[in-house]
Amino acid sequence: MTVGVLAIQGDYAAHQRALSALGRESVRVKTPAHLEGVDALILPGGESTTMLKLLENEALFEPLAAACRSGMPVLGTCAGAILLAKHVSNPEQSSLGVLDISVERNAYGRQLDSFVTTLSSDGSFDGVEAVFIRAPVIRSTGPDVEIVLEHEGDPVLVRCGPVWAATFHPEMTSDTRILSAVLTA
Amino acid sequence: MTETNEPTLRLKTGLAEMLKGGVIMDVTNVEQAKIAVDAGACAVMALERVPSDIRKEGGVARMARIDIIEAIMQTVSIPVMAKCRIGHFAEARVLQQLGVDYIDESEVLTPADEHYHVDKHAFDVPFVCGARNLGEALRRIGEGAAMIRTKGEAGSGNIVEAVRHMREVRKNMRDLTVAGEEELMTVARDLGAPYELVRMVAKTGELPVPNFAAGGVATPADAALMMSLGAQAVFVGSGIFKSSDPATFATAIVKATTHWDDPSQVLAACKAIEASAMEGLRIDQLDQSELLQTRGW
Repeated sequence: MTVGVLAIQGDYAAHQRALSALGRESVRVKTPAHLEGVDALILPGGESTTMLKLLENEALFEPLAAACRSGMPVLGTCAGAILLAKHVSNPEQSSLGVLDISVERNAYGRQLDSFVTTLSSDGSFDGVEAVFIRAPVIRSTGPDVEIVLEHEGDPVLVRCGPVWAATFHPEMTSDTRILSAVLTA
Repeated sequence: MTETNEPTLRLKTGLAEMLKGGVIMDVTNVEQAKIAVDAGACAVMALERVPSDIRKEGGVARMARIDIIEAIMQTVSIPVMAKCRIGHFAEARVLQQLGVDYIDESEVLTPADEHYHVDKHAFDVPFVCGARNLGEALRRIGEGAAMIRTKGEAGSGNIVEAVRHMREVRKNMRDLTVAGEEELMTVARDLGAPYELVRMVAKTGELPVPNFAAGGVATPADAALMMSLGAQAVFVGSGIFKSSDPATFATAIVKATTHWDDPSQVLAACKAIEASAMEGLRIDQLDQSELLQTRGW
């Protein structure tokens, strides 16, 4: 299995380190041609406005959206979750619209409001350390979207079939449970 | 990436991780900040004058006016950085209180302290600092910097110093990876760098924090060059708003930074420009006292 990591901007290197820790091959995706032969996709953290500009300028927007809808495993973290969302606010901006969630950007505030916390749950991700950096908040989820992890009442890890979105950065810790679940689901 | 148990440091370097592969642009007002966002900047540096104007106009360069920084923070949704003078921890406290996302303790401003840099561990806001070699980089990291950038020669429009500094840091790191354990204390002494950080670099061959380029980037090809030399992102100071077509230059430099390893894309970025780059300065024709990179140690 080859995992494509969107690498136009953001923490793609951290994702590639996490993938290699799991023994997974990864390639950087910067153009539509790079999507060929990819069996799973990761949309990393970074600045979603920057990524959007580049996706549009490079004619990568539509091919990437199609790949995300093709049934392969997809994980978006932070800015990646914003790109996957159906609706984005603060400010409103376009997105791939792959996942039926509504996301508010920078909802906790600026960098000084960034934080690290430990998430508890009854499921298999209990005790996951979650790094939130200028993070968004998922304000609403569609009927088919499963809320996997919450923090203070807000969904922070959600999935709909093979498409997962986290508002934090699993790639910034050595805990590979979430990544592993995405790739084996 | 730093694997650390200290949550604060992880958050500080974490934001720098998010900026990788991107361009951080100097802006002096809201209009410029909007141009930067539209071009795809991953962050902006709010300041009162770009480095080439500071160089031309002389006088004392200080932290920017708060109303300027604040207006920019209210306008853009991407991270906003601001500069404080070397050693001026009171300016840094003001910027932290204001809520900027990153502070650049910068040689571009007139140093406030000729002996001591800011104790950056004392802050929650992350700091970036300039360095010309590994010793300087590790001293700043030792003080708590969460991102290092080359100093280059700001406002010169000449990439030669940034190249020199990036090559120097990378060569120093390469040398360390083949040094014996018994050599490391001597290396630490020679570099003037904290021993534990020297050991860390000897093991990984990388800085324990992200390593960006700055100081002299004026064209898309300059940005691609710095990325090819191992920079993980690029700061552009005067290069955009001192060119004759800032919006086009900004977009082209972003494209060249993302696609630095694909010559056809860098060519496309260069082709998009039908205007002149900023005027450049020969470093060897500058008086020693005009150099910004020798500020700080």
